[in-house]
Amino acid sequence: MLGVGILKGLTETARNFVGSYFRKDRLTTIQFPEERAPRIEASRNFPFLVYDGPDAMAGLRCVSCFICEKECPPKCIIIDKSTDKKPDATGKLQFYPAEFKIDVSVCMSCQICVEVCPFDAIKMDTDFELSTQNRFDDLLWPKLRLAKSNEYYHEIHPTEAAAVDADLAAARAKAAPKPAAPVAPVAAAAAPEKGTTA
Amino acid sequence: MTPDTVDQIFVISKHWLLGYVPAMLQPLASAVLSVVPVLLAFPLLFAITTVLERKGLGRIQNRYGPNRVGPAGFFQFAADGIKSLTKEDVVPRDADQVVHFLAPLLLVIAAFLAYAVLPIGRNMVVANLDAGLLYFFAVGSMVELAVFMAGWSSHSKYSLLGAMRAVAQMISYEVPLVLASIVVVMASGSLSTVAIVEAQAGYTATLPHWYVFTPWGFAGFILFMIAATAESNRSPFDLPEGESEIIAGYYIEYSGFKFALFFLGEYLGMFATSALAITLFLGGWAAPFSFMTWIPSYVWFFVKLLALIVFFIWIRGTLPRLRMDQLMGMAWKFMLPMTLLNLFTAAVWHFLPNPLLRWPVCTALVVVPFVVLSRSMKQGKTLQVRTYRYAE
Repeated sequence: MLGVGILKGLTETARNFVGSYFRKDRLTTIQFPEERAPRIEASRNFPFLVYDGPDAMAGLRCVSCFICEKECPPKCIIIDKSTDKKPDATGKLQFYPAEFKIDVSVCMSCQICVEVCPFDAIKMDTDFELSTQNRFDDLLWPKLRLAKSNEYYHEIHPTEAAAVDADLAAARAKAAPKPAAPVAPVAAAAAPEKGTTA
Repeated sequence: MTPDTVDQIFVISKHWLLGYVPAMLQPLASAVLSVVPVLLAFPLLFAITTVLERKGLGRIQNRYGPNRVGPAGFFQFAADGIKSLTKEDVVPRDADQVVHFLAPLLLVIAAFLAYAVLPIGRNMVVANLDAGLLYFFAVGSMVELAVFMAGWSSHSKYSLLGAMRAVAQMISYEVPLVLASIVVVMASGSLSTVAIVEAQAGYTATLPHWYVFTPWGFAGFILFMIAATAESNRSPFDLPEGESEIIAGYYIEYSGFKFALFFLGEYLGMFATSALAITLFLGGWAAPFSFMTWIPSYVWFFVKLLALIVFFIWIRGTLPRLRMDQLMGMAWKFMLPMTLLNLFTAAVWHFLPNPLLRWPVCTALVVVPFVVLSRSMKQGKTLQVRTYRYAE
């Protein structure tokens, strides 16, 4: 009969209305600035530079090989190669980026820089709260802003970071001669002083 | 203070204020003192209703609704009002400037004019017209004009389509709206809204003599509320402003405070028709039980009005939008026969004084046509799996 469906619908909405006051699990909205949803591991937005050890500038894995700069489809990466060599986190002398900039207004988050990097030096971030007060100045990020620690990388992409660490360890074990194995951690610890003096 | 003084406090204070006005200016001052409270109270009710509606709809959909401005988001209407005041007022280049400007004003004025004959409390009516009901419907049909002015002057296809839908819908539902209220005129023998309320004011034991508690009155109330929902363009009859196909219908080319005026006009129209439903069927300002008459009459009026508003919100949160043919079919194939039959039922009720006889007869006169009509509307409308000829 006409109207029965309407009455059924009215009871359903009434149940939802009353239920939302008594059962917290009905309200799935996250009140954003106060509450946050857990970060999604598979998400990505802009690249960042990974560093090992405590000092960001000394521990950068990047050796400024320019592969990412050349591969970047919208050409948003700008690298200045250093003239000298500095020991990296493992103590090996390497070139380093004197300047490494990413224009995030141009970056299209394609992850190609991450795919092509042979040193696992650049990875994708998940931080999305990037609004700025200024239209132009805050969008060209220097390497100081881009550098984030390996611990942070473990935090946002745990599975991926563990795989990368295992690969790096395997590669170092294969490349280094026998006495090198105990040297690595010592060099890593010594790196900051060398970095600051250089 | 006696309950009677509290009940009449606004009337008494108006007369007290009028005592300070020179005799020559008294008619004017009396009009101002009657009109200004109406102009203040109902827009305030509109403001509260927008918040209640958004919160209620949110809860129906298991959301919080607005909860940022003020305690529990209650002052959201202030933020909305300031926002609409500070927005740019865009008028399309090809629009008819004058008509485009006048349409929202006319809509709000027409909605406000209807309040002149609505008794808000005992002795509290702006103008006690002998043909108050006629006046209400005459003023109410100005809304169609305002809607079509808005749609035509905007010079936009969406506006025009929305306006044509709105006018077709409003005119179609005006017929059952008027016919559903005529039964009350038949029963009370008056077109004056004050007289209609007074005709329902008595009590048997503790129960009131409201017209909704008779078979024809109940049917009339339901039909009136359906027609009122369609009249005020509210869901499920909101296809003149269907967001998904014609964006906002006749007021798509309006922005800023003119847009807010359209909302104000629509809600004021909804309150006015709800208030008329209260006046006609729910005893106006009368208390629902004889032992509750100590509560002031205007409190009862606003309690009933809020209850109807809540019901409107509830319906909006429940039903999806009708299709145009369903809308028109409902008006002409269901509402019109039911209202016409309801006139006959009211006449039968009047001429059968024996309650033992008239209750079953009139109930049957309402229920049987309803069942027959709803069966016949369903005929041949079985749901089936849609088959495609070319798109498979």
